[in-house]
Amino acid sequence: MNDFTPLRNDRDEEQVDKDDFTPGIEPQATWCPGCGDFAVLKALKQASAERGLSPDEMLLVTGIGCSGKLSSYFESYGLHSIHGRALPVGRAAKLANTDLEVVVAGGDGDGYGIGGNHFMHTARENHDMTYIVFNNEIFGLTKGQTSPTSPKGHKSKTQYGGSAKDPVRPLSMALSAGASYIARTAATNPRQAAEIVEEAMEHDGFAHIDFLTQCPTWNKDAKEYVPYTDVQQSDDFNFDVSDRAEASQMMEKVEDKLYEGEVLTGRFYVEDTDRPSYHQEKVARGAMSETPVAYQNFGAEREDDYTDAEDLVEKHL
Amino acid sequence: MNQETTTWRIAGGSGDGIDSTSRNFATVLKREGYHIFTHRHYPSRIRGGHTFAEIRIGNKPVLSRGDGYDVLLALGDSFARSESDGAYYGNEEIKPLTENLHDLNEGGVIVYDSSQISSDELPDNLEERADENNWSVIPVGLKDLARENGRAIMRNTAGVGFTAAMLGVDRTSIEDILAESMGDEILEQNKDVLEEAYNRVEKMEDVDIDLPDVVEHDEDQVLLSGDDAVTYGAVDEGVQFIAGYPMTPWTGVFSRLSQIIPKNGGVAEQVEDEIAACAMAVGASHAGAKAMSGSSGGGFALMSEPLGMAEMTETPIVLLEAQRGGPSTGLPTKPEQSDLEHVLYTSQGDGMRFVVAPGNIRECYEQTRLAFQVAYDYQLPGIVMTDQKISGEFRTVDKSFFERDTNLGDIGKTLTEDEIAEEDHHETGKFNRYQYLDDLDGDSVSPRTIPGQKDGRHLTTGNEHNKQGHISEDPENRQEQMDRRMQKLDDIQEDLIDVEYTLQTEFGDEEADVGVITFGSQQGTVREAVDRVNESSDSVKGLGVSQLKPFPVKDVQEFLDSVDECIVVEMNASEQFRNEMVKHVETRRRPHDISLHSLTRYDGNPVRPKQVEDKITQVINNE
Repeated sequence: MNDFTPLRNDRDEEQVDKDDFTPGIEPQATWCPGCGDFAVLKALKQASAERGLSPDEMLLVTGIGCSGKLSSYFESYGLHSIHGRALPVGRAAKLANTDLEVVVAGGDGDGYGIGGNHFMHTARENHDMTYIVFNNEIFGLTKGQTSPTSPKGHKSKTQYGGSAKDPVRPLSMALSAGASYIARTAATNPRQAAEIVEEAMEHDGFAHIDFLTQCPTWNKDAKEYVPYTDVQQSDDFNFDVSDRAEASQMMEKVEDKLYEGEVLTGRFYVEDTDRPSYHQEKVARGAMSETPVAYQNFGAEREDDYTDAEDLVEKHL
Repeated sequence: MNQETTTWRIAGGSGDGIDSTSRNFATVLKREGYHIFTHRHYPSRIRGGHTFAEIRIGNKPVLSRGDGYDVLLALGDSFARSESDGAYYGNEEIKPLTENLHDLNEGGVIVYDSSQISSDELPDNLEERADENNWSVIPVGLKDLARENGRAIMRNTAGVGFTAAMLGVDRTSIEDILAESMGDEILEQNKDVLEEAYNRVEKMEDVDIDLPDVVEHDEDQVLLSGDDAVTYGAVDEGVQFIAGYPMTPWTGVFSRLSQIIPKNGGVAEQVEDEIAACAMAVGASHAGAKAMSGSSGGGFALMSEPLGMAEMTETPIVLLEAQRGGPSTGLPTKPEQSDLEHVLYTSQGDGMRFVVAPGNIRECYEQTRLAFQVAYDYQLPGIVMTDQKISGEFRTVDKSFFERDTNLGDIGKTLTEDEIAEEDHHETGKFNRYQYLDDLDGDSVSPRTIPGQKDGRHLTTGNEHNKQGHISEDPENRQEQMDRRMQKLDDIQEDLIDVEYTLQTEFGDEEADVGVITFGSQQGTVREAVDRVNESSDSVKGLGVSQLKPFPVKDVQEFLDSVDECIVVEMNASEQFRNEMVKHVETRRRPHDISLHSLTRYDGNPVRPKQVEDKITQVINNE
């Protein structure tokens, strides 16, 4: 058994280019022409290159749906998991190897619907990872059913008489659950998207991005998310992104406005306290070792005082 | 009365310390040199309600709970709901006495706390029944005795002291164990209570109740439960990650490992639900950790989908399924073996998993270790099935049994970075994570790499995939990948046969024409019944099956072929094990037809040896 290189400490000083994140096997994504998902892929490639990451030190965990294909079109270690469960898979991988750069991605049905419980708990635990939700207000791959973010009254084959439900509020949900970085961007704003993805990856805690990705095939009625406003660039909005109360008020407005046709994007909450990320918190409590767990199987010394069964049965005498 | 063992039972309400008191007394008896087997019965309720714990005491290894019992220590129920208040469950105050009479052996002794159970409340026919069964009924004001010599709460000490004195247990050994968990004034008061209890017995007329003669143990014994043994098996395999959600009876192992794993440098996580728990075991294992999760029936149901993900992505994980009575919430604190089909067949598609159900404490340890080894060697889920019976059963085991080599750091065929550099990659630089049988010289296991390793990049997906892990619906690739994954079960079976490792336990008279077959936790009970029958003029043999997937066709077929009639014993209503067996073996091989009989139990109590014994006699006599 030999070494497992923690790449981050022992990386070749090669320049990384965004094209290094384009896989040779499926270089071209099979999303529909005009799909917003392309913008997520592009932003992630750009942000990863800007961060100087190598494909080997990244684990991209995806859910199921059009968005889940992201891991097929992005060169890194990829784990295309099951519907709604990408977050627990991703956060466990992070706990097993804290040196990994973990990015989790999925759709709005995946994250806010079937996986909503995991979204809430992963946020409150503040795992050091980035969660990108492709929000197109529709179930695309299954052909146009109402999703958790579809507006009230949304008509589809599974909602007789139109949806009677109010849509979820993704940003407010993330805030109340405990995410420490919350932003919304749109496929139509690639420069801002790349910046936000990069910030989220840099952020030391759970970073949630609600990424508006238009679905030109199944959600023709919805807006193309233009024109958009970057709230940080506009004089009309003035709020402190590190203030929970102000952020909360702003989020409510942003969530309502989306359904009135006004696309407001930007950073809505960036925690500036010294709250540690989850694994840091556990290490500080003595509940986790500083050496990543996975390295213990690759030459890193296991604790000398490993307690085995022979030790443990002493108390049963 | 059974000649070789004596069984002591303490009964009271939940929250009265019945469990810890009995465990301490069991340790005392173990240290005196006895072999021990314990059994617990408790309701799904925190305070009050009928609960008891039993200690069966022998001078040879004890195989089961046995049939009746000999000494009842009936305390009150401090949290009893009174009948006068319209309690739904009847008069709970006297239940520690009345609920325990039906299986008290002839010649048995009842000691009840007359300061809690008033003589007016005794059942009308108690005297008559005592006469008929030759029971000694001894009222003792245990709570008053405790109050006068220490504190009222020390009534358990008084009761243990009183019954221990009757059984001839040395008082100092009880004092020793008290001193291990308390000190100063509390200890002195407990000792005073104990002394007074012993004095009372001395002054009393002699009651004919004894323990078997002590036979010194050859070596140190430890007293531990199935939960302990599963835990220690996982620890010796170097488990580094556990995620779970509390549920009876899985919580026993979950809480034990949650305390041990972090101290050994790993991670323990209590999470939002069992879907997350199992998905996290997959995520952690994928990233290079030795990972496990588990639950009981309902929680395990939630794990179905991530379990399938582990099978499809060929990610090693170990799961524990600690069964309880079903369906649905079922009997939360009672034993049953009705999740067999659930565990074998849950999750969509063709499953590839390794499943074992240990039959005793030693097997709990050994088979948990085996589940880890098979899971990591073959990159699939290894599932250990216990139940509420074996999980909380304490037995004496040679301490030296646990002097084993550990298996830390072994995560199966995982390449190092040097090895990755040597391996053929796809022309695009991706690692060929999922090779075909031909590429692997017929081996069903394709070596893996761990995220973060240089040049080990590949995709992992629950979709069907090609060699690099990319999604593929190509029929030829599908066939190749399926065939390789499915071959794992055959390879596991062959490997186990090659090392002559059988997980089945055969016992009884080899020449017998009648057999009894069972699986998992019922092994000891069946074994005791088989031993008893063989002590008479009849003969019978038994087989305890532990390996459930791949099904041990050869072992079971050979056993069946050697008998004319076979009884299948299991704790469920739909004969799940029998059905599984019939699916895999041939019982109609003319001219040698084998008649199968079933003995099932699903009333919330484990099968008793007498039931099995009666069934065997019935079959032998063609009744």
